[in-house]
This record gives sequence, structure tokens and C-alpha cells, in this order.
Amino acid sequence: PRLCVVGSGPAGFYTAQHILKHHGGAQVDIYEKLPVPFGLVRFGVAPDHPEVKNVINSFTQTARSGRCAYYGNVTVGRDLTVAELQQAYHAVVLSYGAEDNRVLGIPGEDLGGVYSARAFVGWYNGLPENQHLKPDLSCDTALVLGHGNVALDVARILLTPLPLLRKTDITDSSLAALACSKVKRVWLVGRRGPLQVAFTIKELREMINLPGSRPVLNPADFTGLENAIKDAPRPRKRLTELMMKTALEKPGEKTAEVQAAAPREWGLKFQRSPQEVLPTPDGRRARGVRMALTRLEGSGDSAKAIPTGEVEELECGLVLSSIGYRSLPLDPAVPFDTQRGIIPNSSGRVEGVPGLYCSGWVKRGPTGVIITTMNDSFDTAQSVLEDLQAGVLDMSTSREGFGAVESILRSRGVRPVSFSDWEKIDAAEVARGKAAGKPREKIVDPQEMLRLIGH
Amino acid sequence: VNIVFVDRTGRHVPVRGRVGDNVLHLAQRHGLELEASLACPTCHVYVSAPHLDRLPAPDEREDDLLDQAPLLQENSRLGCQILLTPALEGAQFVLPKVTRNFYVDGHIPKPH
Repeated sequence: PRLCVVGSGPAGFYTAQHILKHHGGAQVDIYEKLPVPFGLVRFGVAPDHPEVKNVINSFTQTARSGRCAYYGNVTVGRDLTVAELQQAYHAVVLSYGAEDNRVLGIPGEDLGGVYSARAFVGWYNGLPENQHLKPDLSCDTALVLGHGNVALDVARILLTPLPLLRKTDITDSSLAALACSKVKRVWLVGRRGPLQVAFTIKELREMINLPGSRPVLNPADFTGLENAIKDAPRPRKRLTELMMKTALEKPGEKTAEVQAAAPREWGLKFQRSPQEVLPTPDGRRARGVRMALTRLEGSGDSAKAIPTGEVEELECGLVLSSIGYRSLPLDPAVPFDTQRGIIPNSSGRVEGVPGLYCSGWVKRGPTGVIITTMNDSFDTAQSVLEDLQAGVLDMSTSREGFGAVESILRSRGVRPVSFSDWEKIDAAEVARGKAAGKPREKIVDPQEMLRLIGH
Repeated sequence: VNIVFVDRTGRHVPVRGRVGDNVLHLAQRHGLELEASLACPTCHVYVSAPHLDRLPAPDEREDDLLDQAPLLQENSRLGCQILLTPALEGAQFVLPKVTRNFYVDGHIPKPH
């Protein structure tokens, strides 16, 4: 059987891996719109978290194996339709993730100095479409809206001492911008309380221990929480205890000295919901955000933030909204639930379209770490394997796979990038990084990538 | 040091290791499905009862990563942190079953 996967991030690769492992005759082709593979592992994981990117080794092994082929620089939905893929392959898996973000939907969102965390992350990670962001880092205070790990990532990148960032694969141009940054205070603001934070303890600890920065947590936000977490599951309990300790315990003499001398600071603000981004007198840039103070109804994950009527203004020159990524519909032939931002499916089988599957964020929604996506992809792969076994997929005709696709692409002037092409780009990036003591210097212009491989 | 791995299908794999061997590497050398190159905590194992207490307590880093492990139990540890000692003679390391429904958990916030 010939199968294809759309998207070469963790979801795409793990789904391919699982199918290849459990079906000795399957051939899996992976399509990717960018010339380069790996999706959020390359463009989302923070530059100072290189160990998380080790999964690339596993994906590389898969891509190099005999029954797998990679085709970069092919945009499904534009260069190829899903219908054309369905004709060329026995099954098609959509794993194209979430390329957009949720919007605040408040006045002033379009002012200068307001960006989505997604775009900011893309900017410092070399995602081609975000290279022209030119974030304004000339103010002293930044507000990050959201209490997830992405919010912590952007706060950390804004406050990490330059010498530490210089040794990572963060792009040279964002390093240059960060070197001129005046930002020395970052508030992470959330609508709900400490018990609803979505970030995890490892990342919080990293922030607390960040050299040159002092954590500022309001003790009033944490008094009386011991009771609430008494019976909480271990991860929530330990996370809350760490916040409480940071907010309530008097630091030892040495720590206190270090903190007092820290040139930068960051803090958590709770129960504040953004109402409007306030403009500078010339009406062009952000000068602050008006927040509605909220109270919580209910508890735990399902607690809701209800405005109390009171408001507060927080001054800032930079606003990063980190309230969630969002998937977009790919092709009119593929059903899409706009409300939930996913492709309607059952265990990865796209509803109403036999032979079409989905995995990763476009299947479940844009949350979870790589291992979450790994298990989800295995789940979809299982569905594909079951359907192959049970004769649900039409195997009566052999499909040509890339053989059929190749001529369509040629007629449209599209030239795919192979995995060995990527390996040339990879080698060039590593070589360029070496001179600067970085693991790699990412090439951020797709045209440059194509020129490098002679396309 | 003789130990036994129990894989996800329940198959018992007896392994003879040396003092100082890393349990994760040992498992991989014997073909068991434990990954080290993935975002942790994929080397998550359950340690048999008397042997759990003979391990040095997890440090903060290990505890933080264990928090993210699905199907966490009292006897959960990360395989990459366990080095064999004579006291671990006869220890059993069970791999957690990762099922279709594993990722459905109302309590743990989904980080990303």
C-alpha cells in the first residue's frame, strides 16, 4: 500500500514511523510546504531547549529508510489538492498542525508593539514567514498574555542574558535585535488564578532560576492555597507549591542579595482579562493594556473567570498574546470544525471521508508536548493499520503514489526538495553556526535554501 | 546484577547487567522500547517494590519530568537515572502500557 502524510512535524513523522514499523509492505511519502522538515521541533521548541530537539535523530532515521520519502516545498491545498493525493495514494494522513493563532478580539490589537507569541517564536526561531516581524523592543515593560509554556518561553527569551542565547540556534538577526532590547520587566498575565496555570514545573523553575532576573510574585495571590491543593494530583500540587514557595518564603541571605542586584524582573499576574490595548498619544503604538479584574466561578480546570466590573491599567510598550495556536482549513474537500479548530474525526479517521485520516494538533487541538503528539499519532496509525487489515481501504487498484504526483507538480512548476537536499541545507547551517559557536545558523530565506541545493 | 524487564505486552525479559550500568541503555541494548532521544519522560519505568527504596531519591529535575509522565505511579522512576548496584539484584522494571486513551486526563494540564 502507498500512503502519504501531509506535514513533516512530529505528528507526521510519528504517524509514518508507526505505519512503517507495523506494515512491512507500506510505502509512506511525507509532504511538507517548507523546503525544510520537522515543523515545530525546528520552529517552535525554544533555542535554549536543544535536548527536546533530539527527536530529529529518530525522524531522520525514518526519512532515510527505504520505504519512506520526503517531499519538501510542496504546499498541499495549493500545489496539490487533497483529492489528487487521494487518487495517487491508498490513504492520506493530514498532520499539518496549527499555523495560526487565536486572536484577543479587543480594540487596539492592531497597534504597533502588539504581536502574537506564535509570530514572536517564529521570528526568533527562523520561520521564514515571521522574519520581517521587527518586534519593537525599545520599551522597558512587556506584557505576555497567557499562562502556558509558550508564554514562559517568550518571557525567558526576552530576559535571558545575551551570552547564553549566543550559544544557541536562535537566529543571528533576532540576537542582534535582542542585544538592543530595553525590555527589563515582563509580566505574564492570565484571566484565571494560580491553580489554573497551564505551564509546567520544569519551565517555571527555569524562569525562577534565570540569571539576572528576579521573580516577582504577589503573596496575596497565594495565601490560603494549601487547602486547595491538599488532594490535587501530584503535578498540580508540586507546581503550586513551587509558586507558593517563591511568593511566600523569605529567601536566604545569598539569594536575597542576588535578587536585589538583578537588573531585570518578571512576575505573574492573575485574574486579569485584557479589555483594550491603549494607544500612545499619536495613536499608533501600544502604551498599556486595560484589564478587567475577574473572580473565579467553579474550581480546577473548569473554573471560569467572571469580570467583577473593576478595571486596572497596566503600562507596557510590548504585548505578546499567547492564548493558543489555531489550525486553518486546508482544502474545501476536507471537513473542518471552525469552532473547535480541528478536522472532525474519530480516532483519526476523518468523518465522512474514507481513506482520509488526521493526526496531531489538527486532530486534537493545539495543546500537548511532543510525547502527547507521539501517542496521538500512534493512535491514528493504528486506525490506518486496522483499516488496511480489515479491507476498509480500497486496495483493489494499485496506486502510483509519487509517480502520479510528480507529473502534476512538474506541470505546475513545483520542484520538490528531497531529504538528501535537506541534508545539504542542514550541513550548510551547521557549518555556518560553527564559526559563531552555535549548533547551527538557520537559513531563513526559502529562496536561499533552494539556491543552495541548485533548484 | 540480574534484573527483569517487563514490556508492554507483559513479556518478561531477563537481563544480566553490570554494576554501574544505566538501566535505560541496558533496556535499549536488549531491544526494549525505551527511547532516550525523545522529549522526556519516555524512559519511564515502574520499579518493583523492595528495590524502589534501594534507589537514591529522585532529584528535583527527575521529579519535574516524572510529573509529565502518563500513568504515573508511586513506584515510577526514569530509567535513564537508574544505575545498577548489587542491591538491585532481581529487580523488575515494568514499562507503562501506553493505551489509546492515555492522553485523556482531566487533571493534568496539557503543556506545550
